[in-house]
Amino acid sequence: MAEIVRKAAAGTLESSDVYVEIAPGEAGIDLELESVVKEQFGQAIEQVVRQVLQEQGVTCARIRLVDRGALDCVIRARVETAIVRGGE
Amino acid sequence: MQGKVVGSIREAIVLSGLRSGMTVSFHHHLRNGDYVLNLVMEQIAALGIDHLTVHASSLFDIHAPLLDHIKSHVVTKIQTDYMSARLGRAISEGAMEEPVEFRTHGGRPSAIETGAAPIDVAFIAAPASDSMGNCSGKYGKSACGSLGYAFPDAMHAKKVVVITDNLVPYPLVGWSIPETYVDYVVAVDAIGDPAGIVSGTTQITRDPIGLMMASYAVRVIQHSGLLKDGFSFQTGAGGASLAAAKFLKDVMVREQIRGSFGLGGITGYLVDMLREGCFETLLDVQCFDLKAVESIRTDPRHMEISASHYASPTVRSSAVDHLDVVILGATEVDTDFNVNVHTDSGGSIMGGSGGHSDTAAGAKLAMIIAPLFRARLPIVTDRVTCISTPGRDIDVLVTQAGIAVNPRQPELQDRLKQAGLPVVPIEELKTAAEKVTGVPTRPAHGNRAVAKVISRTGELLDTIYNIPRR
Repeated sequence: MAEIVRKAAAGTLESSDVYVEIAPGEAGIDLELESVVKEQFGQAIEQVVRQVLQEQGVTCARIRLVDRGALDCVIRARVETAIVRGGE
Repeated sequence: MQGKVVGSIREAIVLSGLRSGMTVSFHHHLRNGDYVLNLVMEQIAALGIDHLTVHASSLFDIHAPLLDHIKSHVVTKIQTDYMSARLGRAISEGAMEEPVEFRTHGGRPSAIETGAAPIDVAFIAAPASDSMGNCSGKYGKSACGSLGYAFPDAMHAKKVVVITDNLVPYPLVGWSIPETYVDYVVAVDAIGDPAGIVSGTTQITRDPIGLMMASYAVRVIQHSGLLKDGFSFQTGAGGASLAAAKFLKDVMVREQIRGSFGLGGITGYLVDMLREGCFETLLDVQCFDLKAVESIRTDPRHMEISASHYASPTVRSSAVDHLDVVILGATEVDTDFNVNVHTDSGGSIMGGSGGHSDTAAGAKLAMIIAPLFRARLPIVTDRVTCISTPGRDIDVLVTQAGIAVNPRQPELQDRLKQAGLPVVPIEELKTAAEKVTGVPTRPAHGNRAVAKVISRTGELLDTIYNIPRR
């Protein structure tokens, strides 16, 4: 079980990438998503983010994504990196 | 002889007799550097004239002040061939009551000449003009090269005002539009921002996917049976299209193929092809970069043509009908080969046909090059958000993952297969993309028409509906 203890970020704002910010939360997962493909893939993106958080054992965090059309594998990698950078 | 030079844009507007409810026209050779449309509309608004139709060959983000004129009902209708994303977004969100009318670069002059879309006062942005209105785009600090799209406006508007920042003594030698059409001439400090008018150089892509598509595109042309002496060609200014032009030049030089003409919006890459003997001539309706401007000014083989000569379907003949190959882009292509270049996949206006459907209709081989997906959005869909060019006019779609040939072209399909090119059914490209991106949810749109897409021959092709405000 990973605990997010500091604010951390991963990714860029380039096209086809996603910028992920993670910070300690108060209760549960607080997810904020901004995406150029929100209408087409908003639910899919949210699902993959929650899945990665669960896999990494993160149960309490604030996470914010600014997505520029990243594929699932990119989103997974950026979220995992943000967790490692912000966790203990 | 009474002079035509008047003191200000305002004076020219008053003298032209412009009244509320009339139609004013503009051409777009100064592209995103154009000052003239905004200068004129500001004066029109100040004179209290309203409920105008703005009839422009294209509109760019620099024309965003139009949104204020729309709010104050100075402008109540827009007719254009292209609208970039900033204005397009506002229109898509419902900024105007009356739907925008989109035409094509060939359909617009046709509608002007046949009277379907008449013009009361045309404003011509001229990089050089004499005191009687003989004018040209080739000379001066705001040089843009060809003035092709302005010809039908000059020839058919009830009144014509030339606005220049380079007033020269009569007569201007080497004019494009002659004084016979011009009523008034106004000198201003600047008609545009040179940085926005032409690019210094247009660059080919360095993206490996773009280069791969370009190399497939050239192999398709090589094996189409069309690449021989007399070959004619048009391509857009996108990175992959320019790379295709460069690769095509290498093939033509190596195989000593002498083509007849390069057409369209002209870039330095087409100029290179002319200079290296790939073409006898360039037919130029608009210049995209400094090299093209310099070439049209100095090389007699580089000819300026009017929008009608370029692409009108109702003149006695036009250049697009002599075209062998055109390379075009797309935001979406559907499994029936219909192409969208008007909106993004979310339904927001960000472009327009320009010469897309004119050249697709005229060319023997109309090729779309586009990546399998762009920022997670697959290019191939079941149905495009907006039909800009009907699938019957599109022959082949080139992506990095394979080449789809329209089933209406079985002979071309056989040729490409025999050449060993990766020809696949278009449905397979859709599946291949969705395997990587996931299947997109189709965005919802409203039920209020914000734009009508009119085909080059004047029929309603599609309707664009409003989208939710962001």
